[in-house]
Amino acid sequence: MGKLPRPESVDIYERLPVPFGLVRFGVAPDHPEVKNVINTFTQTAQHARCSFHGNVRVGKDVTVEELQEAYHAVVLSYGAEGNRTMGVPGEDLAGVYSAKDFVGWYNGLPRNSELRPDLSCETAVILGQGNVALDVARILLSPVDILKKTDITQHALDALAESSVRRVLIVGRRGPLQVACTIKELREMVNLPGTRPEMEASEFEGIAETLKSLARPRKRLTELLLKAAIETPGEEELERRNRAERAWGFRFLRKPLEVLPSTDLIRAAGIRLAVNRLEGDGEGVRAVATGEVEDVECGLVISSIGYKSLLIDPAVPFDARKAIIPNTMGRVQQTAGLYCSGWVKRGPTGVIATTMNDSFDTARTLLQDIGKGTLDVSTVKPGSQGVSALLEKRGVKPVSFSDWEKIDSEETRRGEIKGKPREKMLDVGEMLQVARA
Amino acid sequence: MSCKLIFSWVQRQAKMFFFCIMLFVAHLKRTLVLSLILSEEKVTVYFINRDGRKITTSSAKGDSLLDLVVEQNLDIEGFGACEGTLACSTCHVILDQKVYNQLGPITDEENDMLDLAFGLTDTSRLGCQVCLSRDLEGITVRVPDRVNDMRRSDDTGPTL
Repeated sequence: MGKLPRPESVDIYERLPVPFGLVRFGVAPDHPEVKNVINTFTQTAQHARCSFHGNVRVGKDVTVEELQEAYHAVVLSYGAEGNRTMGVPGEDLAGVYSAKDFVGWYNGLPRNSELRPDLSCETAVILGQGNVALDVARILLSPVDILKKTDITQHALDALAESSVRRVLIVGRRGPLQVACTIKELREMVNLPGTRPEMEASEFEGIAETLKSLARPRKRLTELLLKAAIETPGEEELERRNRAERAWGFRFLRKPLEVLPSTDLIRAAGIRLAVNRLEGDGEGVRAVATGEVEDVECGLVISSIGYKSLLIDPAVPFDARKAIIPNTMGRVQQTAGLYCSGWVKRGPTGVIATTMNDSFDTARTLLQDIGKGTLDVSTVKPGSQGVSALLEKRGVKPVSFSDWEKIDSEETRRGEIKGKPREKMLDVGEMLQVARA
Repeated sequence: MSCKLIFSWVQRQAKMFFFCIMLFVAHLKRTLVLSLILSEEKVTVYFINRDGRKITTSSAKGDSLLDLVVEQNLDIEGFGACEGTLACSTCHVILDQKVYNQLGPITDEENDMLDLAFGLTDTSRLGCQVCLSRDLEGITVRVPDRVNDMRRSDDTGPTL
């Protein structure tokens, strides 16, 4: 960072005993390379002037105000642990899950360990067409032989091995030119062994004509989508598709109106979708209801329409409409010494690199504030010693980074026995036991 | 992903043999011997960092531009987050047209990740996929400003 001031210490507080957040709990098990950033994070955490304090719930075990008393600056980067709801009748039926919870289930997030999703139906409908939706589709349809070598949780692996799901529809309100997924994830679906694409050619009318006016990323994505959806396959590919026992496809211009219940009214048996049409063009394209309605039979509904940040502490300003902390370049409005970065600052989109760069921005803002004197660092602050005293009084025992390394070793050891990179612990109590051993 | 060719195994054996000789002769003629044997291997590369500053560096033939940045510990923020596994676009670099044309065809996998790179140009490559050879001696590599997601961050607002 060049000539910016260097803080004496940077302490990280995390609710769970384990670090890394979505890199551990969000990135799909079959994307291990994406998790390589853990090595960079580990180096940072092991830095002499950095310390990790897991198992500390900010807002409950220690308040943000108490942190501000102990530190010259506090940065909130706690992400988005809530999700946008569809807001339709039947959303509470059995068989309806948020992608956040479904992903948490196969990735070992402790609070989703008891999800036990019912995979006994033939058709699954996913609402949303971003990368998370594609991850869910891919995990539902991937051959178990591939999944069993990843760090997917054992209970998810067992459930998927017994799964009856053979068809996954990935449904979006707008058209093919508005899909939010990126090409890598789409290519993985196209190349997914044992599956074939099944889409309606009518939903792609007029799309090929737009290709020449598209920017490169959208153009390549749309070309691949068209190829999978409507192009007549070559002989080899045709044979492969005929042999495939599982199918996936995008459905466009459909918005959920209601999840239809089974006859015993307990579980999802279908979904009622409003048919849209598009108005406007370019960036201003909007989906508008036509009045038409379509019912799709399905037993599994997964809504993947976005994560949402939650309020961590009443003392922190929060924009409930946008679900972010109001800020200017990472400086929390009306609160000196308080900053934010990542999804809680900008909203829940972007890949790791996007969020990483955003964090660099906030860090730069903070250090510049110190350099300019707008952030006063002249008073002596107790730092982690002050917080530790409070936590001890409250019976909270933080987990250090080297404690995490014990959990890490144990998970790796358990995984090795099964030929997996790790077998994640699902229970916070067990994590703490291993951490203290 | 390594781009070392099969016959580089032979080169490595030769290198090790020479290295042993070197250790012995180094005793007597250290500097001269080292520079004679190693000068053939090194490729000089000029990086223009995001702040416009030029970094002169050199590395062994066969190393990728990412390997070079890592080995030489160059101060390029956030470069190579996925460690060369084609799972990000943080090693995005911009080359001169001539150099770009010299390099081989780009795989779908690299192009897919390049699509996500901020400030993508017609002579952009991912540094982890560009391997140094004698042909690339003295090239200039520009590190563009910041990576970004191709989707706009304001595209998440509730509409219908």
